[in-house]
Order: sequence, then C-alpha cells, then structure tokens
Amino acid sequence: MAYLEIKNFCKKFGEHEVLKGIDLSIEKGEVLSIIGSSGSGKTTLLRCINFLETPNKGVMVLDGETLFNAETDKKIREKDLREKRLNFGLVFQSFNLFPQYSVADNITLAPLLQLKEKCKKDKTLNFAEEKQKIIADAEKLLEKTGLTDKKNEYPCVLSGGQQQRVAIARALALKPKILCFDEPTSALDPELTGEVLKVIRALKGEDRTMIIVTHEMGFAKNVSDSVVFMANGVIEEEGNPKEVFENPKSEKLKAFLAGINNKEGE
Amino acid sequence: MSFELINSTLLRGFGTTCLLFILTLVLSLPLGLLIMFGLKCPVKIVSWLCRIFVWIIRGTPLMLQLFVVFYVPSLLFGIKLFSFTNGTVFEGRFLAALITFVINYACYFSVIFKGGVDNISRGQYEAGKVLGLTKSQIFYKIVLLQVIKTIISPISNEVITLVKDTSLARVISVAEIFFINETEILSKAIVWPLFYIAVFFLLFIGLLTILFNYLEKKLSYFKA
Ligand SMILES: Nc1ncnc2c1ncn2[C@@H]1O[C@H](COP(=O)(O)OP(=O)(O)OP(=O)(O)O)[C@@H](O)[C@H]1O
Ligand SMILES: [Mg+2]
Repeated sequence: MAYLEIKNFCKKFGEHEVLKGIDLSIEKGEVLSIIGSSGSGKTTLLRCINFLETPNKGVMVLDGETLFNAETDKKIREKDLREKRLNFGLVFQSFNLFPQYSVADNITLAPLLQLKEKCKKDKTLNFAEEKQKIIADAEKLLEKTGLTDKKNEYPCVLSGGQQQRVAIARALALKPKILCFDEPTSALDPELTGEVLKVIRALKGEDRTMIIVTHEMGFAKNVSDSVVFMANGVIEEEGNPKEVFENPKSEKLKAFLAGINNKEGE
Repeated sequence: MSFELINSTLLRGFGTTCLLFILTLVLSLPLGLLIMFGLKCPVKIVSWLCRIFVWIIRGTPLMLQLFVVFYVPSLLFGIKLFSFTNGTVFEGRFLAALITFVINYACYFSVIFKGGVDNISRGQYEAGKVLGLTKSQIFYKIVLLQVIKTIISPISNEVITLVKDTSLARVISVAEIFFINETEILSKAIVWPLFYIAVFFLLFIGLLTILFNYLEKKLSYFKA
C-alpha cells in the first residue's frame, strides 16, 4: 500500500460535479505534480485532501491510517478535523500570510499556539525550553528559504516571491507529512517564480513528500516523480513525467500541452 | 449668580455627561460584538431577528427610543421602573438613558464590526485552518486585529457622535450639561455659559481625535 492512497474522491457543489472519482497514490518521499486546464478541479482536490472541503464520496488513507471515509465521516468533529489537517501543509496561490505578524512570527505562530495547548495538558513540559526549540527551528527554515535578513519585516514590505517563501516556511514549521502547493507561482511576476521554485526543488532534495498543482510545465517535468493530468474532474492520464510530457496518449492531454507550448512560443 | 457658582453647577452637568458617555461606550462595544455574532449566525432565525432589531433601532430616532424606554414601562404596564431617585447620579432616569444609549450604539457598532469582519479574506481563515488553529484562535490571533484596523475610523466617527448625542438625555430630564444649563442658568438670562459648553465639547472631542489618531498610527505598521 502506498504512503497516501485516495480512492474515488467525488465532490459536488450543488448540482455541479467537480470531482468525479479521483484515485491517487503517492509513495513516501515522492513528488506528484497535478496539471490540467482551468476549472478541471485541481484546487478542489487539494482542498479535499487538506480537509477544507469534505468529499461526498471516497476514502483517504495516509501511512496506513484511514483519515477519511465518506461512508462514516459525514460530520467530523472540529477537534479531529484539526488533527487530521495537521498531517498536511498547504501553500496557497495568494500566500495568505498574516499581515499583522512579522515574518518570524508568521512562522512560529501556529507551533507556539500548539505548544501552549500541549503544556496545559502535560505539566512536565518546559514551555520556555520548547519555545526556544521552535524559534531555533524557525531560524533554520528562514535560512533554508533565504529569508534570514527579512525575519523582522512585515509581509506588506516583501515582494511576492519573498511572501511565498515565507508561506512555505510557515507550512514547514508544523512538520507536515505531506506538503501541498496550489499554483505557488501563479500570482508572481515571471522574474520571481525562479526563487520560489528553487526552494521547492531544495525540498525535494530532502525527500519530502509533496503534491504540487502547477502550470510550470518545465518545473513539473524536472522535479516530479509522477505527473497527473486532470480534465473535467477526472484523471485523464498519469505516469512518470517523461511519458506524460513526451509521449502523451489522450487527445485532451495532447491538446493541453500543445496549447501551453503555443503560449510559451508567443 | 457668581462665576464660581455657575462653574460648579456646570461641572456637575459635565460629570453626568462624561459618565453617560463612558458607560455607554464600555457597555455598547461588547454588546455590539454580541449582536454582530447574532447577525452572522448561521441559524437563519437568529440572524433575521438580529437584523430586524438593528433595523428598528437604527430606523427610529434616538429621542423616541429614550421616551419609549423611560415612559412605556410605567404608562403601559404600571411598572415604575425608572422613576426612583436615590440622591446619586444613578437615579432611574439616568439608567433609562444609559440603557437606551447602550442598545442604540451597540446596533451601530454591530454593523461596523460586521463590515470589518466581512472584509477579511477567506484566505486568512483557511490559512489558519490548515495550520491547525481552533476557531477561537483564528478569531483572536488572526482576524481581530485586522478588523480593529479597518473599523477604527468608522468607530471614531460614532464615538464622536456619541459625545454630542448624550445631550439628548435631557428630554427625559437627565441632569446632563444642557439640562442643568437651561434649568439653572439660562433661565436667569445668563448666556455666556453656552460658549463655555462649546469649549467643553471641543476639548473633549479634540482629545478623542488625538487618541484615535494615535491608535490608527499604532496600527499603521501593517496593511490588512
Ligand atoms: N465553493 C465552490 N462552490 C461552487 N463551485 C465551486 C466552488 N469551488 C470550486 N467550484 C467550481 O469547481 C470547478 C473547479 O474549480 P477548481 O478551483 O478546483 O479548478 P482548478 O482546476 O483549480 O482551476 P484553476 O486552474 O483555474 O485554478 C470550477 O468550475 C469552479 O467554479
Ligand atoms: Mg486552482
């Protein structure tokens, strides 16, 4: 059994069927890229994986543990929901940094709140000591994302690329088992995408398990272990990047790739 | 009347005005928050009741509301709720005015709060959720300060209006500054205290303006 297994994810918004039975599996340490045209349901799939939406049908198993089963989980308790979400990290297209906190505080906010809760339950924990660990972790993440000199700045003075790197560090600070990206570079000026992709590439070097929704085909081809092409709420084609990009089988994927090449040629 | 006497008489009125202002503010802000939660309540009945309530309160003159709160319990139901005196400022008519002001201002504040909360993008809540924060952590640690920043200037408008609205309490004979001036000074054909009162209000509001500017500046380090 794979590290993450998704079976038959279906999601409807009213009458509109956005996901029509998605099956996915990822091995530990693998990078999976999801490509597909606008409206094909990529964001919805990531949101379902991160428990921001509840699928109408389907099962999700992570590391042998059934996190979600539509049959039994009609209504998940708030507390369980939070725990389940923490298995995953999500980096948004629009960063969604907390504007009133400095870069460093954006990164440490959630871990420190978690620590406070833990300390309430477990009196043997030393808050000050654990807090130092969290701050040290954050320093490492800042270094890794090239933001050490920005740690006391507020998000409003950062460039888009810097903001997105903070968002990545913020997600990593909670040590998620799987990190998801929803078009992490789509809101950026072209000259800023490189610095964000570089950070993601470095994460691959650490054998992190990642799911990346992207329109950067070159990047997807380079960095992923497998690629999934979605169209109209189903997985139209999947395989290793070489196969998918150089030898597409379905007509839809051929048309999609041709469209992208045309755009890039312009 | 001597200057000293006029001075001390007016100061008594100022005292009541200030007290009414401060108590109204302190009580109506949290009540406004509560009504805001009501307005945003997913239970339709609750949000509709709150909307109707806000509509009635914002849709009728404050003066009318003062009369209703003060007279209706005794005239309609024979309950002498607000007719007591006890030698302090906290006599019946003062309480009636306070209750009316608190309810009235809470409704205005609730609508401002709601605007501020609606202004926060969905992404802020979702970022909080994927980081495993609880609903209350998302509200207090992420949303609240951003809301305060966006509502501070509409709130300052309301607060300044409140300073001046306190003078309406005179219609139910609360001994605030105008009531005292009229009954005890103007009746003796002494006019200059009116300017004295103007200076009082200008100073009061000047102070509040400085305070709000300070708060706005304090929160200018980030963009919501
Ligand atoms: N909350 C919602 N309510 C109703 N419809 C929704 C909702 N979220 C998404 N949809 C619809 O679901 C479809 C798929 O949306 P989704 O955002 O998953 O596509 P996407 O593949 O991420 O597209 P893009 O490349 O533009 O980001 C769209 O038609 C969208 O209108
Ligand atoms: Mg999308």
